[in-house]
Amino acid sequence: MRDNIYNYVLQLADNSLIMGHRLSEWTGHGPVLEQDIAITNIALDLVGQSRYFYQHAALLKDDGSTEDSLAYLRDANEFKNILLVELPNGDWAKTILKIFFFSSYQYFFYKELIHSLDKQLSAIAEKSLKEVTYHLRWSSEWVIRLGDGTDESHLRMMNALDELWNFTGEMFIAADYELQAANDKIGVDISLLKDDWNKKVEAVFAEATLVVPETKWMQSGGKAGIHTEHLGYILTEMQFLQRAYPDCEW
Amino acid sequence: MEQKDWPLWEVFIRSKQGLDHKHAGSLHAADAAMAIENARDVYTRRMEGVSIWVVESKNIHASNPDDAASFYEPANDKAYRHPTFYHLPDEVKHI
Repeated sequence: MRDNIYNYVLQLADNSLIMGHRLSEWTGHGPVLEQDIAITNIALDLVGQSRYFYQHAALLKDDGSTEDSLAYLRDANEFKNILLVELPNGDWAKTILKIFFFSSYQYFFYKELIHSLDKQLSAIAEKSLKEVTYHLRWSSEWVIRLGDGTDESHLRMMNALDELWNFTGEMFIAADYELQAANDKIGVDISLLKDDWNKKVEAVFAEATLVVPETKWMQSGGKAGIHTEHLGYILTEMQFLQRAYPDCEW
Repeated sequence: MEQKDWPLWEVFIRSKQGLDHKHAGSLHAADAAMAIENARDVYTRRMEGVSIWVVESKNIHASNPDDAASFYEPANDKAYRHPTFYHLPDEVKHI
């Protein structure tokens, strides 16, 4: 059971870290100064969430692991994040849509995780929900702005939707450790979140004059450690310092 | 949508202890909703505020610095306008 919770917490940590790290690539490159700061704030929130989860996972593992060793010294096939968060940022439209899909998922997820029997997870969920509520609000505004904006912004949102939609299904397909955690009332039954998520997406898309795709086939694999080529590149950059100079301090 | 098309907004923040909104700075945004969100991200990152006002800069009318002499200097020698000539009873607090 302890191993199972460990894997469960690790998956939550990996999702937040990889998403946060990806978004941090925008720092200094935002379209305008105000949005540069906004997206950097979001990236920081997510990296902060991942730290809480990694610290908790390290305690559960109890083998000398630390938040740093979990983040910086595991290889790609040990990461359990969903594929959506490791995809390249692309243009502003694709980044916005990715944040919208992920934060609406996190929003409904954390609302349930608050009821976890694991007090630490419950506390992390309560704190993170406040942050994610804003991420969702901010990204929803932008989806509507771009979708219902100019011809070009609408086209870019359509292209982003084509590229990202097939990666949304994985959020609601539970891995073994998620099923077990949900059974033990430690985790969330994510299959139950799908309706709420769909309704939220439909409501925002309606305002954004975007259409939810019919495609049913979905990508998966991330939760089992089978990733796209992109994760390797992220880790190469993110882990460089600890790999090249182990235990380096400054 | 280029930045030059986004109007300038003035941001006023009320802090937790403060009673009034104070000018915090300015930013660019496409409309009022975006201006408030931008203000949240740019000016309240360190717990500065609990309330935000934004107003488009073009809607602010300012006094002209050249009028300073006629506007403010006449008040210089009118010390009787200050309430410093009253003796307050000790019982009166919070003034």
